[in-house]
Amino acid sequence: MTKARLTALGLGIASAVLALLAAFLITSLVLLAAGDPVGDVWGQLLSWPETRNWTNIVNNATVLYLSGLAVAVGFRMNLFNIGVDGQYRVAAFTAAVVAGEAWLPGYLNTALAIVCAMAVGAIWAGIAGVLRATRGVSEVISTIMLNFIATGLVAYLLRQVAVREEGSNQIGTKQIPEGSRIGGIPFGDYTIYGFILIAAVAGFAFWFVLNRTRFGFDLRATGRSTTAAVASGISVKKMTIAAMMISGAVAGLVGLPILFGDAYTYGSTFQSGLGFAGIAIALLGRNNPIGIAFGALLFAYLDEQSNPLQILVGVSPDIVAITQGVIVLTVVISYELVRRYGVRLEQREVARALATSRTDEPEEVKS
Amino acid sequence: MRRTTKFAAVLAAGILALSACGSDSDGDNGSASDDGSKAPTSDVKVGMAYDVGGRGDQSFNDSAAAGLDQAKEEGLIAESQESEAEDGEAETAREERLRTFADAGYDPIIAVGFAYAASVGKVSKEYPDVHFAIIDDSSLADSPNVASLVFAEEQGSFLVGAAAALKTETDHIGFVGGVETPLIQKFQAGYEAGAQAVNPDIKIDVKYLTQVPDFSGFADPAKGKTAAQGMYDNGADVVYHAAGGSGGGVFEAASEAKAWAIGVDSDQYNTADPSVKDVILTSMLKNVNVAVYNYLKQVSGGDFPTGVTTYDLKVDGVGYSTSGGFVDDITDQLDDYKQQIIDGEITVPDKPAK
Repeated sequence: MTKARLTALGLGIASAVLALLAAFLITSLVLLAAGDPVGDVWGQLLSWPETRNWTNIVNNATVLYLSGLAVAVGFRMNLFNIGVDGQYRVAAFTAAVVAGEAWLPGYLNTALAIVCAMAVGAIWAGIAGVLRATRGVSEVISTIMLNFIATGLVAYLLRQVAVREEGSNQIGTKQIPEGSRIGGIPFGDYTIYGFILIAAVAGFAFWFVLNRTRFGFDLRATGRSTTAAVASGISVKKMTIAAMMISGAVAGLVGLPILFGDAYTYGSTFQSGLGFAGIAIALLGRNNPIGIAFGALLFAYLDEQSNPLQILVGVSPDIVAITQGVIVLTVVISYELVRRYGVRLEQREVARALATSRTDEPEEVKS
Repeated sequence: MRRTTKFAAVLAAGILALSACGSDSDGDNGSASDDGSKAPTSDVKVGMAYDVGGRGDQSFNDSAAAGLDQAKEEGLIAESQESEAEDGEAETAREERLRTFADAGYDPIIAVGFAYAASVGKVSKEYPDVHFAIIDDSSLADSPNVASLVFAEEQGSFLVGAAAALKTETDHIGFVGGVETPLIQKFQAGYEAGAQAVNPDIKIDVKYLTQVPDFSGFADPAKGKTAAQGMYDNGADVVYHAAGGSGGGVFEAASEAKAWAIGVDSDQYNTADPSVKDVILTSMLKNVNVAVYNYLKQVSGGDFPTGVTTYDLKVDGVGYSTSGGFVDDITDQLDDYKQQIIDGEITVPDKPAK
């Protein structure tokens, strides 16, 4: 590892630590202002989770990780896919219907459902990609609008196919047959979503495609500078549509760990809002597959640890929503601060190098 | 520049989403654990798991809270602790809430709302010695440690539907539902059946504010107002809402249109903003407080009920309110319908006719 790389890594870690410390301070101030017991709150939030809670943390982090990845694909090309939320709901619903109908036996059924989910996610995001490429519609606007359409569409279709258990007020798709569910990985007395392996593969594929393929280079180049990309013969339109569709395909995976590992049906209480959490996590993880994993774990950890706050400490878990928001802000700010510091550091190095070479020059002239 | 704007938009969206996740609530009004007014004669510790909105929603959750408060005042329970759901939370969050109560020694644990069905089903098996109650769900009827408290909303809605049909001068009424779920459709079905029992040709506008999984329709007065305004402009002169906190907007619209509105869950003539209470013809009473109170009363007597308890017209679990005196001239007719439902002469549908 070169010295420059080491410095970059050090700065990256420093900025994350700085951000967390700042978030810790600001949250404490909020707690003080609200007259809540600061010590008890941190005591609960920072207590060591039990096995059961670790299981929940890892499981929820798996889901958040996929969401963060989906957003990061867009970010890498300077595309802001706010529509992950809608994409994953349309996709999870599709997967639930396909898997529930069980046209194929066992895991073939699962595979078909996953492929369908990715395809639907890709198409849903692709709409925004095509609009951006052909009509110049900002993907921020179109994906937000597509989120609303997704909500309405899924609600309508759900009512068409819904089954309802006797005595229940929930509606949902047909239960996925047992043979097509994805079994868990044992962890103490509990199980972790088997889907975590697929999430890990997705993370690796993300890294490989972006950093080791021509396509990934084109994508990053387009993200950095459109004009430079055009000059080197990259079709920006094609890249826009492709990036949105990949982002959507990954988004299609977001709801699936829950679907195949826990819920087995898509119903009225299926977790929502995961796409928005993904934006924060992608920012937190700096669009890097490892960083996103840490971001997802942090968010899942905070969610899990905040749950008993109301019962045990008497403080609303909303405080954690505030903390999460503050973390996103402090992260963005501290990355910028550290980046500037890094730039200054580099400038100083360059200046010193130039200065030494200048003092060398006259001697050369003399001799 | 363009980049900065986009960045700002994303941040704003992210923050909005985060803050929306945690709908506001003063966390500490839940910790009413040491109410020392009366020496507790009981050692019952109650855990209350509310649905989204929690205590203070002026609707469903508040009604459950009222039942708890009454039991506490009467010394039936020693201690209680409360926690509320967040919009769109993970299934594990609901389970963990129930487990935290159980681990902390709370027994019984009351889950307010059908969203808890799956989590109560799961956690009640993990803690066979702890007792659970769930409101608005009867899918756990066979569970040995779960009491299901359900309501015949369609019966109460039938009566206010009849009241609407008797009071309308345009033969045109409306229904505003919060979120289109099977539960709220029961209100709609009963309302329509009641109105049609009075006048088979009556025109009924139906509008739901949001669709699942967007549950904001229970807490968006602006949407409620727009929907009701549309119905009044369209010629309706009585609008019934089953939309929780969005109902305030329906009352405002009624007040501006100088028309009638019908409240839901509690006697809203007494709980709504005083400036609009004169438009509240009547309210469909869903006495969640009675159900919670009765359950706790049995528990304090050492008896943990299980199975399904249905609160219908027969036991005054549902009904209609007469505060304000606007329905005094038709109570005879309404009570006649009520008797026919109790006697089984009228069977009220619980699903809307398509």
